[in-house]
Amino acid sequence: MPLKKLVHFHYLQRRTMSFFTARNIVKNYANHRALDNVSIDIPEGAIYGLLGPNGAGKTSLIRIITQITGPDSGELFFKGRPLVPTDMNRIGYLPEERGLYKKMKVGEQAVYLARLKGMGKQDAIRQLKAWFEKFGIESWWERKVEELSKGMAQKVQFITTVLHEPEMLIFDEPFSGFDPINVELLKREILELRDKGTTIIFSTHNMASVEEICSHIALINRSHKIIEGPINQIRNKYANNTYQLVCRYQPDFHPQEAIGTEFEVLSEKIEDGQHEIVLQRLEECPTNTLLRRLLDWTDIISYRKIIPGMNDIFIKLVKEKQ
Amino acid sequence: MNKTCIIIGREFSTRVRKKSFLVVTLVVPILMALFYAFLMWILLKDDTQERKIAVVNHSAIEAPFHQINNTTFETIDTEVTEASAPEFLAAHDYYAVIRLSADVMGQPEVPVYSFSQVPMDLKNEIALQLQNKIESIKRDSVIAQTQIPDLEEKLAATHTPVHIRTLKVSEETGEAKESSSEIASILGLAAGMVIYFFIFMYASQVMKGVIEEKTNRIIEVLVSSVKPFQFLLGKIIGVAAVGLVQFLIWVAFGLLLIVGMQAAFLPELDMEALRSAGNMAGDLTAIAGTEQLNAEQLAVIRNIAMTIDPAFILKFLASFLFYFIGGYLLYASLFAAIGAAVDNETDSQQFLTPLSIVLVVGLYIGFTAMKSPESPLVFWSSLIPFTSPIVMLVRLPFGVPAWELITSMGLLVAFFIFFTWLSGRIYRVGILMYGKKVTWKELYKWLKY
Repeated sequence: MPLKKLVHFHYLQRRTMSFFTARNIVKNYANHRALDNVSIDIPEGAIYGLLGPNGAGKTSLIRIITQITGPDSGELFFKGRPLVPTDMNRIGYLPEERGLYKKMKVGEQAVYLARLKGMGKQDAIRQLKAWFEKFGIESWWERKVEELSKGMAQKVQFITTVLHEPEMLIFDEPFSGFDPINVELLKREILELRDKGTTIIFSTHNMASVEEICSHIALINRSHKIIEGPINQIRNKYANNTYQLVCRYQPDFHPQEAIGTEFEVLSEKIEDGQHEIVLQRLEECPTNTLLRRLLDWTDIISYRKIIPGMNDIFIKLVKEKQ
Repeated sequence: MNKTCIIIGREFSTRVRKKSFLVVTLVVPILMALFYAFLMWILLKDDTQERKIAVVNHSAIEAPFHQINNTTFETIDTEVTEASAPEFLAAHDYYAVIRLSADVMGQPEVPVYSFSQVPMDLKNEIALQLQNKIESIKRDSVIAQTQIPDLEEKLAATHTPVHIRTLKVSEETGEAKESSSEIASILGLAAGMVIYFFIFMYASQVMKGVIEEKTNRIIEVLVSSVKPFQFLLGKIIGVAAVGLVQFLIWVAFGLLLIVGMQAAFLPELDMEALRSAGNMAGDLTAIAGTEQLNAEQLAVIRNIAMTIDPAFILKFLASFLFYFIGGYLLYASLFAAIGAAVDNETDSQQFLTPLSIVLVVGLYIGFTAMKSPESPLVFWSSLIPFTSPIVMLVRLPFGVPAWELITSMGLLVAFFIFFTWLSGRIYRVGILMYGKKVTWKELYKWLKY
């Protein structure tokens, strides 16, 4: 196993050094403060989801990480040392609002963008040919960008972003504008990059994809970071002692009577002969005790703790702050 | 630095490969030449209109007019006055009628009646012919009265055309050099106009490029690879290279044309000899190749030869190149800032107008500099960098003290650096700002980001 892969393999058990750190970042624009004392910590090999409503400051933060703009105050560290301009070559960035020169040929343009990232011309051409082959788009090389559809252009942009094998990749809403098939293709590529050891920052509104691929998240709202950490920890933290019980439907079964005073029924649903009940645990009580009480009344099909989705946590947190 | 070179390369190669570049480079000079040829042809074309003019002659002058191009004169016996002229012209096939009164020699006022306005050339020619007639009659009578033998020849011998040679004396070397102010000032103005044209053409190309990158949204990808200022610099230099190449192609064309024309029309003329002869005011006809020319042509050729003095041309070309590049850089950075501030080209007008006005004013001052190169207005505007690239070049052939030239160039460099820095700040903010109607106040705020 290559070293980088090994590192990734182990980080789930044991937290490794942080790959990128932003500390106490403040950024003011003329009329408002875009980032107020924001600190984030991105572990090596993570897929780090940067979440937040529109206008929260995500793009401002990304532009500071990519050194497009500078912070008013605060510090940035890349692999444990201060971030320097030449690190631009080791970071790949796919902005949300992305485009290409319309009149330029696809191949020529991709080579140009690769060279701006510090790649040699021949090297860029060779790597590009390989990627074009992988995506099955070799025939586009001599075509002008204006002849491509939006989705086609996005593929080219994705390739130019990852071509120089950056150690850190930043995707801002990468899936917008892609059809489901290409979204799958892209996800696969992103996961493959992670397996190769690339650290990835992933900014999005799409919570389903966050749960699917992110290992860590940070939520930014109104210029502040609200929460940060491994996604499973966060989800468990916001699990507020609700459980789902499914049993065979029996007309004379009254859940509230059976479960005792430690629990409260939040909702009930009867469907296809199954009784689905959502419980809230009010007081400490072992699961076994509850199940024992129920055994006399009904046939249990399943019982599980409800872990909230990122979507719920996101909405809850954003609302709380307002 | 390496990245800047890559950017320059792209800006250059994508532009020179465009069809429009080829068209402008090759077709524009041809069109310009055709346009001027057409203009000259129109101006010099003879009046071909056939006209018949009636002459009512009450004076003693015999046959006062002869044919002018296709206009003929016929003396008639009928009397025509101002009152009867319309009726007369309507009844006959005459274009106009001239009435010479009996006392036309004493009071030379001649009415010409016609339905339509008599063309200026025709009017002047009629006056000239009559004037010559009257003068020769009067002269004859004076000669007859005074009884001096050969008076006519003696009077003719008093005719002395004066030829002015303008000599520029150098303060430093004390040398006097013959110069032609006409050709020099035309050369200066032409150079000034070329600069004006290039600044507009190429600085707006920079602006268009910036707007394109902004509306394409490629700019955010680009500035995550290079610093915005570095990118801007690469773009400005790349476009400048395109302009220089285009200009050099034109210069090569021009030189070919000059050399070709000399070879075709004056194959044996020795320009160098002509120049030194001009300085010594020697006998021009002794120089090889001049025997094919008459005196007037020779004077023109000599004027040209004097202006195309290699030393002057070198200095002029060097200054031209300096102001060409300096002026372009100054304006290109400002145009780039405008491009970054707006979302599309239509919005750029409000910021572009003040700059255009300054440039046009520069061109007009350039025109006045041809007439009065020493005036305070011309002096100051040849120092202020916004107008100096045009005005200084017009002044240059008239002789500019070294300190003025150096001050003007130094100021241009200083302004260029300052405004590029300023534009860089606006550019940096503007390229990432979308959907905002930008005002001057807003731009000022951006400077402080």
